Amino acid sequence: MNAIINFFKKLNNTASASSIIPSDIIHSSEVFKFNGGVHPPENKTESTQHPIEVLKLPKKLVLPLRQHVGNMPKIIIAVGEQVLKGQLLAEAEGAVSAAIHAPTSGTVSAIAEAIIPHPSGLPDICVTLIPDGLDEWIAKPVMQDWRNADKNTLVASLRLSGIVGLGGATFPTHIKLRANGKSGVHTLVINAAECEPYITCDDMLMRERADQIMQGISIAQHLLGAENCVIGIEDNKPQATDSMRAACVDIKGISVKVVPTLYPSGDARRLIYLLLGIEIPSDKRSTDVGIQVFNVATAVALYRFFTLGEPSISRIVSMTGNVQSPQNFEVLFGTPVQDLITAAGGIKSGTSHFIMGGPMMGFDLHCSDLNHCDVPITKASNCIIAATPNLFAEPPPAMPCIRCARCADVCPVSLQPQELYWFAKSDNFEKARDYQLFDCIECGACSYVCPSNIPLVQYYRYAKSEIIAAAKAKEAADLARERNEFKLMRIEREKIERTQKHAQRANTGAANINGANISKAEKNTEKRRATVETTEMLAKTNTVPPLANDETNQRSANEQVAKKQAAIATAIERVKALKAQTSNDVKTNSIGLSTAIKDENLQSGVVKTGTVKNSEITEQEKPKKQAIIAAAIERAKAQKATAIAEGDAPKNTEPSSKTIQAEIKEIDARRKEFLPKHKE
Amino acid sequence: MNRSPYISNAPSVSIIMFKVLLALVPSILAYVWVYGGGILVTLSLATVTALSTEAAMLKTRKRAIKPFLFDCSAVVTAWLLALALPPLAPWWLIVVGTFFAIAISKQLYGGLGYNPFNPAMVGYAVLLISFPIIMTKWPAPLILAQSQLGFMDQLHYIFGNALPNSVTMDAVTSATPLDYLKTQLTLKHEVQNITESPIFGTLGAKGGEYIVVAYLLGGLFLLQQRIISWHLPTAFLLALAFISGVFHLVNPAQFASPLFHLFSGASMLCAFFIITDPVSGPTTPKGKLYFAAGTGILVYLIRVYGGYPDGVAFAVIFMNICVPLIDANTQPRVFGHPK
Ligand code: SF4
Ligand code: SF4
Repeated sequence: MNAIINFFKKLNNTASASSIIPSDIIHSSEVFKFNGGVHPPENKTESTQHPIEVLKLPKKLVLPLRQHVGNMPKIIIAVGEQVLKGQLLAEAEGAVSAAIHAPTSGTVSAIAEAIIPHPSGLPDICVTLIPDGLDEWIAKPVMQDWRNADKNTLVASLRLSGIVGLGGATFPTHIKLRANGKSGVHTLVINAAECEPYITCDDMLMRERADQIMQGISIAQHLLGAENCVIGIEDNKPQATDSMRAACVDIKGISVKVVPTLYPSGDARRLIYLLLGIEIPSDKRSTDVGIQVFNVATAVALYRFFTLGEPSISRIVSMTGNVQSPQNFEVLFGTPVQDLITAAGGIKSGTSHFIMGGPMMGFDLHCSDLNHCDVPITKASNCIIAATPNLFAEPPPAMPCIRCARCADVCPVSLQPQELYWFAKSDNFEKARDYQLFDCIECGACSYVCPSNIPLVQYYRYAKSEIIAAAKAKEAADLARERNEFKLMRIEREKIERTQKHAQRANTGAANINGANISKAEKNTEKRRATVETTEMLAKTNTVPPLANDETNQRSANEQVAKKQAAIATAIERVKALKAQTSNDVKTNSIGLSTAIKDENLQSGVVKTGTVKNSEITEQEKPKKQAIIAAAIERAKAQKATAIAEGDAPKNTEPSSKTIQAEIKEIDARRKEFLPKHKE
Repeated sequence: MNRSPYISNAPSVSIIMFKVLLALVPSILAYVWVYGGGILVTLSLATVTALSTEAAMLKTRKRAIKPFLFDCSAVVTAWLLALALPPLAPWWLIVVGTFFAIAISKQLYGGLGYNPFNPAMVGYAVLLISFPIIMTKWPAPLILAQSQLGFMDQLHYIFGNALPNSVTMDAVTSATPLDYLKTQLTLKHEVQNITESPIFGTLGAKGGEYIVVAYLLGGLFLLQQRIISWHLPTAFLLALAFISGVFHLVNPAQFASPLFHLFSGASMLCAFFIITDPVSGPTTPKGKLYFAAGTGILVYLIRVYGGYPDGVAFAVIFMNICVPLIDANTQPRVFGHPK
């Protein structure tokens, strides 16, 4: 009987993403299983044999400016400058951005492009710092007790902390906490699932620094106004669970829930469902239903900033795989991977390359020399695996899909990977979108079980990038077309004007060409709105980071777009109002004008003027109002353009689209093995 | 370059196909016991035909031969077809059927993964339509036959289409229970009386039911190995049992019992080995249920009202046509989307 009641309770809970979560769900050990998932071999024990070791100061630090989702921060130091540990090197620019600090004291020796840890292997702007060995702190700000301080001031100060989601999503934390008060976040979910094989940095952190994590959690809860906190840990980390339970024993409102070991339980949406039985609607963010997600390492970073005044300059990294003694290290950002390898006793023979991240979602590091891998550790680097062909065998050539649906059985999002693959392969992107391609979290579970060894995820990345590129191209084309139309229009108008001038001279009852066509104006506005929607879609899809442990990032980018959208809307409103006025004027003074302007196109063309530089219009000595309209529209345009160019389409998608092209080439090459010889 | 995931835990296509073959072994043994060793010849003949057809077609289509020949899928088709054919069939029948299954219904559609219809069933249907007499002439199980054909006699029949002098065709063949039931019912006999004939066994056909039970065992092995999903056999058998049960309850004199239908003809083969072909079947869980249930019902209707004693091949092919429709309409709800 109880079971039945519980069942209905559950149904009720899952059905409505209720804003209040019954405390029995938070405090019970009950978990809600999501569909699918896989059990890859864990390989975690290797790197948990030794405690976390603080890595000794490297000889050189290379700090990529882009270590997070969002805008590149602005450099505020110059080459040759002496900096102290914790000194600000680059400050957050724009809403979605994060600061970069000097991880130790020393001299800035270069600000130039260098290889960064990114799947593309492309270089990006980095600050190179030569440590002076003193490790001398800059005067740390005296932190007042966060419990009594003004929340808004605290959150604002976070912009200076450089803290981003350390679970891999690297979304600036100050934005996730900004939601305080009005958002009504009632539950904080701490992501400690660490479901990827090999990675143990969160595990070790929980074993050793549970107190710091708890303090960080309390700060986050306080800032968010979240009365509850649930910590989700996979059941393969009993020591971490014990340590966390012990640390929160006296704290009200925090509960530790053990979830079954099942990849990808560390995906934010899957974890929320596991812990609370709440499915975050696909088009919403978790904060919309009052839930915010943080990683344990991020909690520690919060603690360090708010109690010690230390910005984010280091993280825990697992160095594992084919090295002499796998271990977790506390590493300053910018440290070359080689230093970690050396600290772990060096590579063993057979090592062929290095993987950053886990074997399910990680990527190859681009080291020119296996013995001198100078790719730097960044805020996103949670694990480095020394790989051998033995550990990670080259997949056999892909065979055709046999529609066995194994992939569908394991997809945690309940997608139909075989259908998505089919659509992606045949460039049927419209269909791929219909089948919710953009809900795919690129977890790789489908590829993991595919008997035909099809690199499914690569196909999805390809399809996503193509769709996004097409949307961008369409927008650009629309813009170009509008411009061209206007140009033609202007020529035509000049002609008319000339005739008109003649007429004017002949007839003193001068007519004013001011026939604004309201319906056309509305059409134009609508078009603009449509483009804004595209922008929004781009923002949603673009911001899915390679390691989307944190989902908020993509949502917050949306927020940003929404803001810009609002700005554009106001501009458009303004234009509309003006236009209405103009048209009224037209009504009163355009008697007899109709003979002058017969051509319908011409009339509409007057509205199109709005899309041009207003200087051109003043040149034409057009009525003032028209110029104002043009200016307003221009402003809206410019705003929209920035919206597209800036934060909403995070920079990190640029190199990745190149990567995808490379990937597709490889897939094609593989596919070709089965194609007729003469086609090659 | 993002190549993740770097690890994989998937049996290759060849392993999957190999396990299917393995699951067929018990039924082949039962077959030999019930009908004699002739089936081994039929199987070999079908296998050789299938592999050479596949290789020739791959070569004409300029595809890599090795990976596709060793994926074993052609052998599976060959075996399924051979097991569905009458045990005493002339060699050319086997060759023509297998050739059709592989060349036309598989390779011409694009090879592995692209065939919309179950190749074995297409081969079977073509033979059934073209050579209905031979296709419905089943030898009597050895335990029932008036004269026993030795292995050499069977071999002789398969390749020379001749029986030993002392034996007539009638002496070695007998109607299958499904066939017998159908003809007797048209003669206004009642099911109870008809099934008293010695050709009926406890569950289905005398002798034949052992093979059927072996199919069931092989199928359970495939389920346990997670080669096939439970949806298909369960829905098929339940649907067949349900519809035959309803008819049987309404008029037991006219309609045989569900048990008989489940264990006669190709029901079990169909449930575990035919409709479980992934390529020509649906992929969604719900779709599998509809597909299998639909096949079960069609099998029954063809058996009872159709022109052929068994309806598996036509039922499967018809349902194959519906697969895109079924798939499109049974998409599971994506996580986070409205219910
Ligand atoms: S697992 Fe591979 S072969 Fe099977 S349906 Fe999915 S994509 Fe096709
Ligand atoms: S990569 Fe995408 S399609 Fe594949 S299992 Fe993960 S979510 Fe599903």
